[in-house]
Amino acid sequence: MGAYAMEGLWNGRQKQPQQLIEVLLDVQERDGFCSEEALREISQELAVPLIEVWRVANFYQALSLKPRGKHLITVCLGTACHVRSAALLVEECFSRIRMETGDTSVDGLFTIEKVNCLGACALGPIVVLDGVYHHHMTPAKIRKLIKSVYKLEEETMSDAEYHNPA
Amino acid sequence: MPNITTPHELTDLRSKLAADAGKVTHTLAICNGTGCQASRSTPVVEALNEQLAEQGLKEKIRIRVTGCQGFCEQGPVVVVEPGDTFYCRVAPEDAAELVSSVSRGEVVERLLYQDPVSQQRMRTESDIPFFRSQERVLLGQNRRVDPCSIDDYIASGGYQALAKVMAGMEPESVIEEIKASGLRGRGGAGYPTGKKWESCRAAPGDIRYVICNADEGDPGAYMDRCVLEGNPHLVIEGMLIGAWAIGAQGGYIYVRKEYPLAVANARTAIAQAREYGLLGSNILGSGLSFDLEIARGGGAFVCGESTALMASIEGQVGDPSPKDVHTVEKGLWNRPTNLNNVETWANVPFIINNGAACFSAKGTEHSKGTKIFALTGRIKNTGLVEVPMGTTLRNIIFDIGGGATNGTAVKAVQTGGPSGGCLPASLFDLPVDFETLSEAGSMVGSGGMVVMDERTCMVDVAKYFLEFLQEESCGSCVPCRIGLSRMLEIVTDIAEGRGRLEQIDLLEELADTVAHTSLCGLGKTAPNPVLSTLRYFREEFLSHIQEQKCPAGVCRALTVYAIDPEKCDGCGVCLRGCPVGAISGAKKEPHVIDPDICTRCGICRSECKSDAIYVN
Repeated sequence: MGAYAMEGLWNGRQKQPQQLIEVLLDVQERDGFCSEEALREISQELAVPLIEVWRVANFYQALSLKPRGKHLITVCLGTACHVRSAALLVEECFSRIRMETGDTSVDGLFTIEKVNCLGACALGPIVVLDGVYHHHMTPAKIRKLIKSVYKLEEETMSDAEYHNPA
Repeated sequence: MPNITTPHELTDLRSKLAADAGKVTHTLAICNGTGCQASRSTPVVEALNEQLAEQGLKEKIRIRVTGCQGFCEQGPVVVVEPGDTFYCRVAPEDAAELVSSVSRGEVVERLLYQDPVSQQRMRTESDIPFFRSQERVLLGQNRRVDPCSIDDYIASGGYQALAKVMAGMEPESVIEEIKASGLRGRGGAGYPTGKKWESCRAAPGDIRYVICNADEGDPGAYMDRCVLEGNPHLVIEGMLIGAWAIGAQGGYIYVRKEYPLAVANARTAIAQAREYGLLGSNILGSGLSFDLEIARGGGAFVCGESTALMASIEGQVGDPSPKDVHTVEKGLWNRPTNLNNVETWANVPFIINNGAACFSAKGTEHSKGTKIFALTGRIKNTGLVEVPMGTTLRNIIFDIGGGATNGTAVKAVQTGGPSGGCLPASLFDLPVDFETLSEAGSMVGSGGMVVMDERTCMVDVAKYFLEFLQEESCGSCVPCRIGLSRMLEIVTDIAEGRGRLEQIDLLEELADTVAHTSLCGLGKTAPNPVLSTLRYFREEFLSHIQEQKCPAGVCRALTVYAIDPEKCDGCGVCLRGCPVGAISGAKKEPHVIDPDICTRCGICRSECKSDAIYVN
């Protein structure tokens, strides 16, 4: 397990099964997803059977078992956002970005995540791009947001990298 | 840093802090809660700081970065104390003028709130209609404290209730006080708080826990986030008093991961309380030993249910269990556990400080005190609203909320989230209290109020909640797992034009079964959104079935969009916005939609500035 450095994560948590969700959330935050390697190590360190670690990781919506794109677009679909047409935003994302069958784009640049509520209901529809909140979103505004990321990526990457992301 | 060991030392510290506060002449309270951060309040904080340094006013004017102040729609908000001048939609560019005006004792007219009706500028919160009808017992405190400063909280009278309890109230008399206040759980069910504490105290066992439920999974509700994020010590103080009354040694704040700022602020507050000796052993010399931890939720709605929440704190999948034994007897790790919602805990210090009678003076016969509501949706003034229980829906939606946007008519309000229901405008004179809303087929719930207008389709709303609930059902019991799926299939049929009249009866029958036979509260209340829309908006269901029409123009299969050539000015916004290229037309000429290509996504209608796109 040495290849996967997780020191710092354990801080007094070893052999404490109740810390499972906290540790998984920390891994998710750090790596963007919970890899099989991480799940195996967590199982060992917390003394929780691997099947149980997987079951928990699979149950909670905030945890992802698949790698995510470089940029995370979170679209809030809470009631307040829904009545202000948040569903159109998801539609707009999926029509502007070429997606794999799941929710991550072919080029690995984007993952589109739908959440039930982000608690900024007064300003809905809310979209979060890489941790930054955007309020009163419309299809046109999200289109611009996506464009700005593409533009930034083109500027910072060489052509070869851009078309074949790691 | 001070380690406070007696109630007396706490009073001394408060006096010292008050003396320090006297050195500044003005304070700028700037809201930096999640809502205002979305409106870019952080750059405003930075710009104000720079200006204070540049204009040499750092010693005289203090900036207090606060949690949510409630009027999210108008953010970023800055309030100047003393005088309480309320500035809204402040941008970083305004910082220089704002700071220099404060030092000269002047007011920046253009940054004041402008009433949309009278066009009049209004200077303070008490002038603004949104605030005028509110009684902000809890929310009003958010402006007084920087959530990351325990000193702010102590200076504003914080931990005084704890000191009062430690200095001479027996646990039993604390419970009596809470019972006498009539405080009922703010999380949804409205169970009497004092009674819950009493049962937990009486339950056999050596170790007891108290838990704060900050999972707030209801979409469209965010008052718990704002209280925990904006005033975490208030919640901690409430929990400490509860722990004393119940005899608990440990506690958890269960907060959802989607609220990163609330998690961070609660963590900071716990660390500070430990440093000050307000968490740990022998708190204020009383012999009470109590500590708190944060447990983050992973985005599962069912974890708002008590048994599922406790399973989640134990590190397990959030499956609810049958409640033949209550969690006050066997809860977390099978020990007596008292779970209350954020807002419930936050009310406790007020009751202890001011007495039960002061709290119960507000509200109705069976619902006491004030309640915070998240007023959102298709309405002018959105934000957090705190009013006495018993205030009418009309008062909240029109006097405070300012009515519908863009001259449309308010049609309904959804209260109580996925466990609640939709109430029609004809019932807006109902007082908002636990019993009245339940009788009307909805519930107070945690306090979400989503306002809906003519552009909201009630069949779509029913479908939305069923999709949500079916997705969030843990699947443990058959009625909820299968029943909700079946109900969703039927409502989808209706929304897509395949509905048959007899399906409405089947829908009601299924709803009845799910409500009566599900294992936990999620399933038992899941049919409410469907039943209430059927009860009050049956004609919308009928027009979907019989006329194949969606009056609001939301349900795609039944909607055909067209452009009114009279209104269209040919700006091309819709043409560029259409993801499938169904719109054509020359510049400055009326455009047309090709119905064969159009997928009815409605993007064009949402973007048209001249309101030229209509439902045919």
